[in-house]
Amino acid sequence: MKPNLFTFNGGVHPAGHKAESCSTPIRGMPPLPRYVVPMRQHIGEPARPAVAVGDRVLRGEVIGAAEGYVSTAVHAPTSGRVVAIEASAVPHPSGLFDLAVVIEADGEDQAIAFQPLDWRSLDPSALRNRMRDLGLAGLGGAVFPSYIKLNPGGQNIHTLILNGAECEPWITCDDRLMRERAPELMRGIEIMQHALGAGLRKPRVIIGIEDNKPEALAAMREAAPAEIEVVAVPTMYPGGGGKQLTYTLTGVETPTGGRSTDVGIQVFNVGTAYSLYRAVELGEPLISRIVTVTGHIAQPGNFEVRIGTPLADLIAAAGGMLPGASGEIVGGPMMGFDLMDLAAPVTKAVNCLIIKNPALFPPKPIELPCIRCGECARACPADLQPFEMYWYSRAKNFGHAQSYNLFDCIECGCCSYVCPSHIPLVDYFRFAKSEIWERERDKRAADLARTRHEFKAYRLEREKQEKAEKFAKAAEKSKSAATGATNAAAPADPDAEKKKAILQAALERAQKAKAQVAPKNTDNLPPRVQKEIDEIEARRASVEAKTGSTPNHE
Amino acid sequence: MISAILVMAAIGLVLGGILGWASIKYRVEDDPLVEKIDAILPQTQCGQCGFPGCKPYAEAIAKGEADINLCPPGGADGVKRLAELLGVEPKPLGEGLEPKPKSVAVIDENTCIGCTLCIQACPVDCIVGAAKQMHVIVASQCTGCELCLPPCPVDCISMQVIQEDVVNWKWRYPIHMMKRAV
Repeated sequence: MKPNLFTFNGGVHPAGHKAESCSTPIRGMPPLPRYVVPMRQHIGEPARPAVAVGDRVLRGEVIGAAEGYVSTAVHAPTSGRVVAIEASAVPHPSGLFDLAVVIEADGEDQAIAFQPLDWRSLDPSALRNRMRDLGLAGLGGAVFPSYIKLNPGGQNIHTLILNGAECEPWITCDDRLMRERAPELMRGIEIMQHALGAGLRKPRVIIGIEDNKPEALAAMREAAPAEIEVVAVPTMYPGGGGKQLTYTLTGVETPTGGRSTDVGIQVFNVGTAYSLYRAVELGEPLISRIVTVTGHIAQPGNFEVRIGTPLADLIAAAGGMLPGASGEIVGGPMMGFDLMDLAAPVTKAVNCLIIKNPALFPPKPIELPCIRCGECARACPADLQPFEMYWYSRAKNFGHAQSYNLFDCIECGCCSYVCPSHIPLVDYFRFAKSEIWERERDKRAADLARTRHEFKAYRLEREKQEKAEKFAKAAEKSKSAATGATNAAAPADPDAEKKKAILQAALERAQKAKAQVAPKNTDNLPPRVQKEIDEIEARRASVEAKTGSTPNHE
Repeated sequence: MISAILVMAAIGLVLGGILGWASIKYRVEDDPLVEKIDAILPQTQCGQCGFPGCKPYAEAIAKGEADINLCPPGGADGVKRLAELLGVEPKPLGEGLEPKPKSVAVIDENTCIGCTLCIQACPVDCIVGAAKQMHVIVASQCTGCELCLPPCPVDCISMQVIQEDVVNWKWRYPIHMMKRAV
């Protein structure tokens, strides 16, 4: 039975270069003396280090705890001692350092007691929480925490797509995984169905594999239960892009700015299904993944690599670079980036390491002016107009670039690949996107600052008012206490009145205090002294009466 | 003839009445231009423009009392956007006004005496502390306005330039390798 497939527009056919690495079985790695485990291995918030320098850790122990919602835990790849928690080289296009836990292995590789989960009897929500603690994230490249993707929320997920297309040239890690570990992978899919279906109705499962992997197709078909469809999709880059594979298999387009879950479809990489099986059925957290090492290297192939393995050690395990190597690419040649530092470790996102040489990867030809031939638009699998977006991105006219749906660009590199002028179109789009993101960040910061500034102004005003009210109240109190003294004419200005009232209150207080501390020598006087005083008072009164009655001689 | 004049006058009165009523009923309280200008300004509230905050500066621009090139944190980009909004020619930043790299203020906790002067100076209330208690600046809310520097009696606040990291790193502008004419 041939299923009805849909063909997306665009796409390219670059040389596959799969044979170099797909013929040998997945190899293990020798134990290493040192592992560097970055805390930021997934989209979202980085994990928070949960260990201190000097701590002894066991394989599978949590060394970074999930922080926030979009986050997942990070685990120790082997047993040993934490020797540093510091900024280290990470596989990132910038070559910048990021926080990592450095573990010195003790060589025993002692593991914590793994606890297999009885997931069938477990509530999907509890299962998802366990997944978060087990560090599961998508291994296809975007490393989105799996537990969030397995949370249908309000959406009804009717179809689950397993992405085994592996459309990028050179990469064969999913191919080997499907060939060798298909039965385990199927059990991972079952767990996904359980988590997504919430026990009501299991979503339909389609596994999409490009037809250049007949062995993987055969192995998966053999292992798949009857209700799971294993579909061969035509080999075409980027047929393994989430949106493209969804369209190929179902004919459903993912809306602009949306996710496939908006149309009831969830897509997972096959590698994620396998690690989900390991995590849930064996209780082993995500501490290793399959990585393709290929290109200009002695023994290309696939390796089961512990997360945190320095890439230099991985190259050594593959026999070392051949003479004449001219650099390394992390990821595939279409979407990957040049590695800056061989000390950077394998993370959950690293699926491939390609050693370049000038014959396989010749230096980029000189960029020529755009001739508006439209080749890029024909190749674009997202139905965009790269030449327009290029023009505006180049002119830093980001608003216009965005109006051409820049953010629908999946950065697959088809346009750069076909451009007869050798324009690095995707580089321009990435530049424009990160500029727009920065502006949005700045805008958010400015809005926050504005709100806070306005609140401060409001707060100051409120405090002033409260103070004034307090004073006014105090003044009123003293006013009612000492009547008569405040018969002064009503002042026009309420502020001045307040001030006056305050002043008056203070004066009255002072007078009262003065009255209380009146000299004591005038009380309880003997009659003789009292008589003397009375005489003086009488004299003063008569003098005052006289001066008051006589005309003033001044 | 008279009836025509009366009818026209009546219509005029009715329409005038409606317009008058509408102008009161749908009165725009704030000048929308001020809001638009304020939205472009970076809200550092630093006062380098000579006005006590971004909103007063926006009001001054709207009234035509201030030039558009007085905001160093907004930089040339901000001047350009203001010029676009107001339909005038962009110009370089005013004399003596230099955009600085984005920074946040940091309090040296060993030197801080807990005087609260910086707390009063902070335009966005992002300094936490109390009298005779150590103060600390919430970095994510600091606008880098430097207004807390002068009041500090022990000079324990310094500005630290925000370093590029994996999160705020941006893809660089692709370098052109155009073929030179021979």
